[in-house]
Amino acid sequence: MATIGVLIETEEGKVKETNFGVLTAARQTGSDTIIALLLDGSADNAKDVLGQYGAGKVVQVSVSSGDMSTSPDLAARALAAAIENFSLDALFGLASAIGRDLFARLAALKDLPLVSDCVAVDLAAKTVKKSHFSGKTTATIKLSAEVLLFALRPNAVEAVEAPTEAAVETFAAAVEDPGQVKVVETKKEAADSVDLTEAAVIVTGGRPIAKAENYKILEECAHLLGGTIGASRAAVDAGFAPHSMQVGQTGKTVSPRLYIGCGLSGSVQHFAGMKTSKVIVAINTDKDAPIFEKCDYGIVGDLFEVVPALTEVLKEKL
Amino acid sequence: MQIYVCVKHVPDTAANIKVVGENGFDDAGCKFVANPYDEYGVEQAVQLVEKNGGEVIIVTLGKPAAVASIRAAMAMGAHRGILVTVEDQFVDSQITAKALAAAIGQDGKADLIFTGKGAVDTEGFQTLYRLAAAMNLPVVNEINKMDMADGKAIVGREIGGGARERIEVSLPCVLGATKGLNDPRYPKFPDIMKAKKKPVKEIAMADLGICADAPASELLKLEKVPERSGAKMLEGDVRQAVEELVRVLKEEEKVI
Repeated sequence: MATIGVLIETEEGKVKETNFGVLTAARQTGSDTIIALLLDGSADNAKDVLGQYGAGKVVQVSVSSGDMSTSPDLAARALAAAIENFSLDALFGLASAIGRDLFARLAALKDLPLVSDCVAVDLAAKTVKKSHFSGKTTATIKLSAEVLLFALRPNAVEAVEAPTEAAVETFAAAVEDPGQVKVVETKKEAADSVDLTEAAVIVTGGRPIAKAENYKILEECAHLLGGTIGASRAAVDAGFAPHSMQVGQTGKTVSPRLYIGCGLSGSVQHFAGMKTSKVIVAINTDKDAPIFEKCDYGIVGDLFEVVPALTEVLKEKL
Repeated sequence: MQIYVCVKHVPDTAANIKVVGENGFDDAGCKFVANPYDEYGVEQAVQLVEKNGGEVIIVTLGKPAAVASIRAAMAMGAHRGILVTVEDQFVDSQITAKALAAAIGQDGKADLIFTGKGAVDTEGFQTLYRLAAAMNLPVVNEINKMDMADGKAIVGREIGGGARERIEVSLPCVLGATKGLNDPRYPKFPDIMKAKKKPVKEIAMADLGICADAPASELLKLEKVPERSGAKMLEGDVRQAVEELVRVLKEEEKVI
């Protein structure tokens, strides 16, 4: 029976919700030994919630010297040591900005195969599915190695609870920081913003949003749904939104449960970044807009009327 | 400065991908471009060399047709190119990185190596890390800001949720570029003509001593993702349409 490690990502000491889908994916491989690995000292706090999703063991990984939060190479070395120490057959994690980077460092360090941004894993067959060509095709990839690495696309696997009693352990990795890459500063723009690539619901505004302040209209709606807001390339290029909000090619690839596009034409480049969303809703004044060909539900109307109405109805019905 | 930029020859994201056989696609019938993220790397390298002097060398692994992307990068100001030729449509990242490292190592001493943050075809997001490991160099990906001081590069990257990191990395290093780093130039006609005369050296991957057999990751199957077949339009006045939307999302789709 396979022993699977899951790298847990936290934010200010709290386990990010997107981890639960990763734990579920690890469990769905049939493994009964799921070891959650934490790098930031929050194992005790995380124990109960991780046990809720089937992690039997919660391991606090530490290093003898150096600081993993400012050295991704040190963190990758600590993970490599943990894989060896716990004889892991596979390590699962999130294909978030941090996870993608860390998994790629680990894969390069140990020359192990990695599938980043994968959506389904069959560990017995050693096959995995992921998008190729910006969501136009799905690739099935066969891996052959003793240890396999998987960084899952956030929200790709729906979280299912499987409560178990989790035990906390510590593991001190005897590793050294090569000292060539050092994070000297981390700045956060807004305290409560959900990461776009991990959001379960995204409300996106295109060029018709007309000015930066108007995103507030979308924000109110997104907040009610527990989501966040995005922007099209046209809106970013017009200066209405920062690039960090851009969805699509040259922006972010997202895969939320619900994607509401407001005033979007539906370009191939935009769809490259969001077509794997579970449900896509489009709001556009032009009934012939190409987006209506490629989405699930459509409303012909002005976003400045439809979105506030949606916000009202959500306030009443949620 | 001797700067290498790894550029991948990829299908245009707007191109239709026609799957052929179990795990291939019709690459003859599809428009190819230099990977869009790699262009930010090319632009950065060209700007650095314009300022400090030196040479920009494009390194590409692909079928012989991939020379077109090397020419495109040379039209942006790169000086010469190296094409590592393969016959396969897909080469796994572990093998690709070893081949790129061997080609660069054979050519000269790199002061800096750029790539894009990832390739828009296979979306693997790892080749540059493996290249860095093969050359024993540090690596930072998804950079959208860059300065150099005291033998170091100081780069900026976004880590989601609007958060940004500033990172110091020792030189030489491998950097993965993304949007925001610069505005890649559109080559003018004389630059395109000039690029046709710039030298491109072709090396077969096997001649670098790299074997493509038994890859650790292998593409078994490529399947077309079915397109959505058109929206269910929600009719009525704004209030009615929105009420119906909320009902459907809640009761049928169960996503809110």
